[in-house]
Amino acid sequence: MTPSTLLLLLADGRFPAGAHAHSGGLEAAVGAGRVTDLATLAAFLRGRLATAGLVGAAFAAAAHRAAGQPDRAGLLALLDAELDARTAAEALRRVSRRQGRALLRAGKAVWPTAGFADLPTAGGGPHQPLVLGLLSAAAGLTRPETALTAAYQTVTGAASAGVRLLGLDPYRVQALLVDLAAACDRTAAEADRAAGEPPWRLPAAAAPLADIHAEVHATWEVRLFAS
Amino acid sequence: MRAVARLVAHPDGRGGTRLTELAGEPPLLLRRTGHRGPVAEVYVVGAAAGPLAGDDLRLEIEVTTGAAVRVHTVAASVALPGRVGATSRMMVSARVHPGAALHWLPEQTVAAAGCAHLAESRVEVAEGATLTWRDELICGRHAEEPGDAVLHTVVDLAGRPLLRQTLAVGPQAPGWSGPAVLGGAPATGSLLVLHPDRPADPPWVHPGGTAARLPLAGGPATLWTATAPDAHTLRSHLEP
Amino acid sequence: MRPEPTPSPRPQPTGQTGYPEHDETVPHTHPEPGVDPHAPLAAAGRALRVGIGGPVGSGKTALVAALCRAFADELRLGVVTNDIYTTEDADFLRRAGVLDPDRIRAVETGCCPHTAIRDDIGANLDAVDELEETFGALDLVLVESGGDNLTATFSRGLVDRQIFVVDVAGGDKVPRKGGPGVTAADLLVINKTDLAPLVGADLQVMDRDSRARRGDLPTVFLSIVQDRQAGQVADWVRHELAHHRAAQATGVPAGRG
Repeated sequence: MTPSTLLLLLADGRFPAGAHAHSGGLEAAVGAGRVTDLATLAAFLRGRLATAGLVGAAFAAAAHRAAGQPDRAGLLALLDAELDARTAAEALRRVSRRQGRALLRAGKAVWPTAGFADLPTAGGGPHQPLVLGLLSAAAGLTRPETALTAAYQTVTGAASAGVRLLGLDPYRVQALLVDLAAACDRTAAEADRAAGEPPWRLPAAAAPLADIHAEVHATWEVRLFAS
Repeated sequence: MRAVARLVAHPDGRGGTRLTELAGEPPLLLRRTGHRGPVAEVYVVGAAAGPLAGDDLRLEIEVTTGAAVRVHTVAASVALPGRVGATSRMMVSARVHPGAALHWLPEQTVAAAGCAHLAESRVEVAEGATLTWRDELICGRHAEEPGDAVLHTVVDLAGRPLLRQTLAVGPQAPGWSGPAVLGGAPATGSLLVLHPDRPADPPWVHPGGTAARLPLAGGPATLWTATAPDAHTLRSHLEP
Repeated sequence: MRPEPTPSPRPQPTGQTGYPEHDETVPHTHPEPGVDPHAPLAAAGRALRVGIGGPVGSGKTALVAALCRAFADELRLGVVTNDIYTTEDADFLRRAGVLDPDRIRAVETGCCPHTAIRDDIGANLDAVDELEETFGALDLVLVESGGDNLTATFSRGLVDRQIFVVDVAGGDKVPRKGGPGVTAADLLVINKTDLAPLVGADLQVMDRDSRARRGDLPTVFLSIVQDRQAGQVADWVRHELAHHRAAQATGVPAGRG
């Protein structure tokens, strides 16, 4: 297989890494009445891409870079702590680690020889972007492709949850993603550039409502999505 | 304008705090106003409007073992447009030694229309130190869309990352006022509370759904984060 | 209103208990001696994982509760639920008091309960792992699917055996309609037989149709309100567990080979 096919495979929502059970904060935003229609979904996706999307893509790219370094385990541990420091909400840290664990399970099955043993083990699983970075490296994807996969997934997961939660017209939601494509490319390129910096300088774009929504969602008794 | 101010605090040997350095230059002047028990109280006195784009203001704070300082500002600072293409910068860097305490509780930063402002905080806290750190941002003066403002906060605890966050608002920040980031709220901010002897409380969300208490991963620290319709409401969520 | 007794190995309509570990009179799935139509069982040394699927309201959760009662003093048990509303089934089971609440894990399925048990099974596998990390070795893990339609089945990567539950109130044509759950489940349970007279369902038709659909795979008629420990289903599970353990003991998979 050529790398381009692998890019499509890894970015595909059908890759069995648990994405279907996560709304990327959208369910809580819908619950709070902040996302109600296509326009508010578009604004949500734009903001999510610029914050969680940029940070996740930068860390995935940085982990991809770490995969080829001699002190891979040490770098990954540092990235793990840096990503924790960028994830103020405990609920979001938990979600990232749970998604990392799910991706790791798939990654170990598909690429058994990749260096997953160097991922930090404490705290309920490695952060998802770190696993994605290693997995992408194992699959032979480039660093920009890795960043693109991460950025893309932060918007497509939430968009698909929007279709399910709000009953939105799936064609119009796809059109909305098409409108976002250029921004997604730019975010990935920015993340890839940032990944060349030392870990403490990686992007830290914050979104107060993402933190608040995540903690509200974690208290719900009845919810459809894990996040 | 460029200005550097510096504050260094030591214990005075009698249970209080002595300020061995308290130096500034316009528009960044420092005044000791008194003390609350062992805690020395200092105000940053802005001697000019602004900051204006092009201004570069730096404040360095060091609190050594056994000393305690509380820093306020006398008024909100309003980031204003200035030289075309230029950015205004306000950088506060602080070092808090073991057993020292620093409370940074300034008034709000207001991002006025057309501004280009970067507020940067870099804090190094030693194991066993106490820190309170507040940042508040008001997006635009009354009924005004803000210019570009970035609040960048970097806090290390004992050499390890504790908090990294960059909040960007304004025309250059996609989706900033949307439902993923501020949900249309014009005021936002956070209060970091690090207390070595007090484990962080579990997460909690204000019933209004616009403020939360977030225990951090990297130490006995809590971040209070809030969005609000106005500065007053914001402050009510972020009182230490 | 129940079907006439049919030649072995067809199920009897009343619950039975107390079978020895491997009893050829219990309905099970090898039609000829020496030929076992089971898919290969999973690696030795871990719990038997049994999936319980079926349409909404057919009684999956009630069956899980019944099996918990049946195995309370017999097996080290864990339960994973996949409800549409996250924790509703898990909460029901916890309230029912049939199992230590910590032994029940709920998996969130993002509106797609069938995806979580078939296409993307990681969250369920994590839940099983967590149960084993918390409680040590288990004998049996029941994985209950969220209520779905007749097409939902479990991945063989998640469960070793699957039970599909339909009920007579869903209409006596359900077995005829087929679908992968009805045709391929290791055990088909036709539940709520006590309601058959009330809903005008003909159990003989259901028996005939399921036999036609399922070949040699067994079917059990059940009324949990009358048999609170789902005796025949419990016996089937015991039988499958005996196979599973035998395979572990010899290190030889009890599969077709």
